Amino acid sequence: MIVTLLSVVLILAGLVFFLGAAVGLVRFPDFYTRMHAAGKGDTLSSLLVVLGLAVWRLHDVHGLAGLREHWSILLVILKLLAICAFIMITSPTATHALMDAGFEDGIDPVIDGENNNALHGRRAQAPPADS
Amino acid sequence: MIEFKDICVWTGIVLFALMLPALYRVVVGPTAIDRIVAVNVIGTKTAVLLVVIGVIFDRVDMFVDFALAYALLNFIGSLAASRYLHKTPPSGGKAEPVTEIPPAAP
Repeated sequence: MIVTLLSVVLILAGLVFFLGAAVGLVRFPDFYTRMHAAGKGDTLSSLLVVLGLAVWRLHDVHGLAGLREHWSILLVILKLLAICAFIMITSPTATHALMDAGFEDGIDPVIDGENNNALHGRRAQAPPADS
Repeated sequence: MIEFKDICVWTGIVLFALMLPALYRVVVGPTAIDRIVAVNVIGTKTAVLLVVIGVIFDRVDMFVDFALAYALLNFIGSLAASRYLHKTPPSGGKAEPVTEIPPAAP
């Protein structure tokens, strides 16, 4: 019972964070702020939902001896934790790579509040490459 | 008494409904990289949704492998798209040096 309650709490927290990510992805004014909302909210909500489902797999296992008996459940939990670790490593990496690509692509951030592009036309010019 | 599978069904519905704003960003995104970020979000959430579907159908042991493979493919796809849009050479070491941004004019 307490396992189910814990997993429901984790899943609901994940959905709340995903709501934040979705709202930020629609309403933020700028590529970099949208990427901020998408990267963080997406990573944390995926982690929380998968972790909640992994906790729920323990609901009919009683104690460590039961876990040794239900080794297939243990295998599923390990795979879910592997998904957690994988998302935790790769999602910030993908976000960083996309941000780097956007910056090299010349997307300027919006700095003041009136959608004026404060960096527009003032990006530092690279010195001419010799050799 | 609410079953856990009902909660999982509603979790899946909410996940799908919250993918629609990301889909909106894919459709109207001003730049190409906006679209790629939103596609990345949708792909990660699809991996989570696969695990939720596995719990609903009592086949988590099968669906968890699908979710793992989908997360891998999503990561590789977004990295490939970001490297494709990169203007610097992919071997590294040839990127243009970052110089200081001049101060704002008064």
